[in-house]
Amino acid sequence: MDCDWPHDLDAALSALADDPDAMLLAGGTDVMVEVNAGHANPEHVIALRRIDALRGWNGHRIGAGVTYTEMERGPYPALAQLARTVGSPQIRNAGTIGGNLGTASPAGDTLPFLAALDAEVELHSARKGVRTMRWDGFLVGVKQNARRSDEIIAAVRLPGGIPERQEFGKIGVRNAMVISMVSACVMRDGEHGTRVALGAVGPTPIRARRAEEMISTEPNPSEAALGEFVRLVREEVRPISDHRGTEAYRRHASGVLARRLLERCLAP
Amino acid sequence: MYVNGLDQTVDIRGPESLLDVLRDDLALPGSKNACEQGECGSCSVVLDGDVVCACLVMAVDAHGSTVRTVEGYADNDVLHPVQMALLEGGGVQCGFCTPGFVVAAAELFDVNPTPSTDEIREALAGNVCRCTGYGAILRGLEELADRNRREPAP
Repeated sequence: MDCDWPHDLDAALSALADDPDAMLLAGGTDVMVEVNAGHANPEHVIALRRIDALRGWNGHRIGAGVTYTEMERGPYPALAQLARTVGSPQIRNAGTIGGNLGTASPAGDTLPFLAALDAEVELHSARKGVRTMRWDGFLVGVKQNARRSDEIIAAVRLPGGIPERQEFGKIGVRNAMVISMVSACVMRDGEHGTRVALGAVGPTPIRARRAEEMISTEPNPSEAALGEFVRLVREEVRPISDHRGTEAYRRHASGVLARRLLERCLAP
Repeated sequence: MYVNGLDQTVDIRGPESLLDVLRDDLALPGSKNACEQGECGSCSVVLDGDVVCACLVMAVDAHGSTVRTVEGYADNDVLHPVQMALLEGGGVQCGFCTPGFVVAAAELFDVNPTPSTDEIREALAGNVCRCTGYGAILRGLEELADRNRREPAP
């Protein structure tokens, strides 16, 4: 197996241009589960951990190599909340936001946050330069994204207009070390209305746009409005039954979780 | 890579984990191999200053890195305070999880010698004890935190 340890992004992009089949390695927390199970046996690895350009924050631009531990200490409340629910301290020290996008699991915990903000993924290529794709163009299916084989996910950009009140929650069987059965991110303020994004209840994150529109016009939602909000959320999710939970449970829990998070956003 | 203060050179041929290299090539079997998916914490090591699961680090990605394993905490016969706390508190049953607990707890106490119970619990959330001996582990470490509060280090 060949390995590159580039210290700058251009060197990594050039190595990838020479061998687009190379495996990109960030924190390793997804890749190594596959390797240990005998499901992956890369011939060429490009390790991205040493590239400073992937690491920091710059305003609303989050480097792809930012870890969950760093997100826990960052400026966005819902991102900090979700980061704290991922795995364990050991996992959070290694796993990155770029890796979460690269793996594109339906249960990826950063994804509802990125969907709620209509985040853009910044992709770099040696030959074609930089392009950005909105989250819903980038995430195309279960563990599938639109990254071309010569591209590296360099950063996530959050557009302006970020609601002040933001909450993340997820449901699983334990408090730590758990993969989401349902996750949700709700944001709201007077200026930007309400955003509702749910994870693990469809192949990619789901924006409950009808629920958003309805509740955004209610400055002080009544019990009836909240009930309608829950009903719309349950209509808009597209869960399946699997070893973690049933379709019916996920649909029910989506409504409960979205309402609970909305009520936290509404609390004084 | 630099392991417990020693410069080590290993010939790595594939995508095997740092855990495999530590145990099989460097004769450091303290880090335990259990779940191989980052669920149990028994392979916890410190890589470039961060506690991680060695089973989820591709060994080649430790190229040029600093690694501290459970073997790197005692100073000859003098145990790390966290090791003493587990010993005195009976926080060891079968012992399989103990190396991971030692590494995770030592990294907590070296940064914050007087953690609260919640801080101890959170730092150890990624370490699973198959004997479910959590009570004694927590009590031993709480006792260490209490002692550090009573007798602050100079």
